[in-house]
Amino acid sequence: MIKNIILSGVGGQGILTIASIIDLAAMHSGLNVKQAEVHGMSQRGGDVQSNLRISDEEIYSDLIPKGKADIILAMEPLEALRYLPYLQKDGIIITASAPFKNIPNYPDENQVIETIKNSGFKHIIIDSDEIAKNLSARSLNVVIAGAVAPIIGIDSNVMKDSVKELFAAKGEEIVAMNVKAFETGVEYNKNL
Amino acid sequence: MKESLLLGAEAVALGAIDAGISGVYAYPGTPSTEITEFIQKSKEAKEKNIRSKWCCNEKTAYEAALGMSYAGKRSIVCMKHVGLNACADAFMNSAITGTNGGLVLVVADDPSQHSSQNEQDSRMYGKFSMLPLLEPSNQQEAYECVHYGLDLSEQMRLPVILRVTTRLSHSRSVIKNRKCHEQNPLQAKLEINRWVTLPGFAKKQYKSLVEKQEELESISEQSPFLKLVNGSGKKAVIACGLAFNYVMEVRQNNNLDFPVLKISQYPLPTKQIADFLAKYDEVLVAEEGYPIVEEYLRGFSNNPKIKGKLDGVLNRIGELNPDVMAIALGVEPTKAAEMPSFMVNRPPALCNGCSHRDTFEALNKAMSQFADRHVFGDIGCYTLGALKPFESITATVDMGASITMAKGAADAGLHPAVAVIGDSTFTHSGMTGLLDAVNENTKMTVIISDNSTTAMTGGQDSAGTNKLHLICKGLGVDEKHIRTILPLKSHLDENVQILTEEINYDGVSVILAQRECVQTAMRNKKKKAND
Repeated sequence: MIKNIILSGVGGQGILTIASIIDLAAMHSGLNVKQAEVHGMSQRGGDVQSNLRISDEEIYSDLIPKGKADIILAMEPLEALRYLPYLQKDGIIITASAPFKNIPNYPDENQVIETIKNSGFKHIIIDSDEIAKNLSARSLNVVIAGAVAPIIGIDSNVMKDSVKELFAAKGEEIVAMNVKAFETGVEYNKNL
Repeated sequence: MKESLLLGAEAVALGAIDAGISGVYAYPGTPSTEITEFIQKSKEAKEKNIRSKWCCNEKTAYEAALGMSYAGKRSIVCMKHVGLNACADAFMNSAITGTNGGLVLVVADDPSQHSSQNEQDSRMYGKFSMLPLLEPSNQQEAYECVHYGLDLSEQMRLPVILRVTTRLSHSRSVIKNRKCHEQNPLQAKLEINRWVTLPGFAKKQYKSLVEKQEELESISEQSPFLKLVNGSGKKAVIACGLAFNYVMEVRQNNNLDFPVLKISQYPLPTKQIADFLAKYDEVLVAEEGYPIVEEYLRGFSNNPKIKGKLDGVLNRIGELNPDVMAIALGVEPTKAAEMPSFMVNRPPALCNGCSHRDTFEALNKAMSQFADRHVFGDIGCYTLGALKPFESITATVDMGASITMAKGAADAGLHPAVAVIGDSTFTHSGMTGLLDAVNENTKMTVIISDNSTTAMTGGQDSAGTNKLHLICKGLGVDEKHIRTILPLKSHLDENVQILTEEINYDGVSVILAQRECVQTAMRNKKKKAND
């Protein structure tokens, strides 16, 4: 078993939290993990991505080859499309719906969403506004982690435990909020 | 045995703690910063009293690490590739003195220039200094290499270089610890003939360094990181460091069976390479960075067996990846979807609310009164001031160059001669340049955009925090012309006024534009709330 996941977003949106949840769960499941991330200048509002690979065999490359990603997890729809060349033909796109517009030439947002819907790839589009209303905009990344849980090849409960472990230091209230966010994400996956 | 999920940089740090270092010395620089940060945050390092504060620059860091080695204890010194240029004097001459306690220089190269001015390959420095160099392929090897490197350093009484690159440094994997090495006791010895580099002594030391080369090569031939992957066919690959992973990825994904010789230690293991080359008709040399091994193996007669970067089989510029490696190994690329045609770039930008923004706005207004608008910039977040919407900065070369370049341009008759430098870059290597300007009373203005942190690398302590005014005064800048401004919209007019006055002043003036980095401010606020 090998799962190649590209996490993408804009610097500061919290893709590394999603990565940490999956990394921890994979390690606790005895799997090999490689997860390449972006540090440095691009973190200042630029596009950021992380290549996450989990496998029960030895993983060599830190980077995912083109056309070999199983899943794109995006905090923002334009950043989901940026990595389309990496997605394999049966791959899945999971993205938050709201665009992050910090550039003057952001493309038409309806066109961005329609392109995902008509891409021919399976997809889950998570309504960012709904999450912001019902949970908190800050838990969007954990919702996305939940949405990928049932298809990642790791027991969802192990993933949920990782969420608890990761936020434990921040107190029970924060843990509860994030567990709820994670479960909301799992529900989204049922609509796939 | 413990397992932990660590970045390559953190694996180096953990390796150093476990291998019994007594100190880490470093100046932040992508992709090396996380090594020192890990040690600073480590409970274990604190218990072991491992020294880990940031240094002013790579040269002070290197010399301090060498001093710790002189005193008999183990140390590592960490920097990005261009940082090694800043400490090259100390580094090159430490090959002459040699070491006492183990000393490993960890240098992180940045092929593809993700966060750097160039993609220089530190393996050149290995050759240049004649010091042994290790180049791990993965995070676990990076961990092991620190142990091995410190042992080797003590065995050969030489510093050892550990070269990592961005993808290894910034990628996580599960690391298995091994048994810890106790720290060395203090054991400074008087060995004047080794440690004093007067020509009489240094000539003998240089001769000894040259004589050690044969032994170093034979050690490389027995390196635990040297690996032969057996296979069939007449085509084979020599893969150095990280490139080994991409080669093996392609081999695994496509059920290929070519033989691979993995190199992770220099000087090159001549015996294994010679045997390997003799066996095959065609050998691809895969290496991250410059085509150093390839050029050497091709030789002057351009050995026709060798393929690589110089004949375009692999990319000469930029980092390797599994896709370029697949093509080089004759594998058809996987058919994949294309990016939509409306895709646009999202370049990095200064944060909303960043003090540099207000400084540039004021500077642009002040400069608009002059015919010439040349502003010498420096290395940091504020380098982005060269881009839209500010387009303030017109030259940036290396750490500290803003001040000295502005001085040279002023000497040539340019006015205004303005330098923009960050607080951390100023104490890194701007101060001496300012003294040059003071000594000639050069008509120029230095803006120190002081956000009280080393922001671009993630907010490390800045050596000059709360000391900048005193430093400038101490260097001899007339106190009347050290002006502090608050870079905020509400102060724009006043700031433009002050800048204009100082640009027109016939001598050296310093503007301290002081406001805390918004990222650091946010982190400090969060930290306070959590405490």
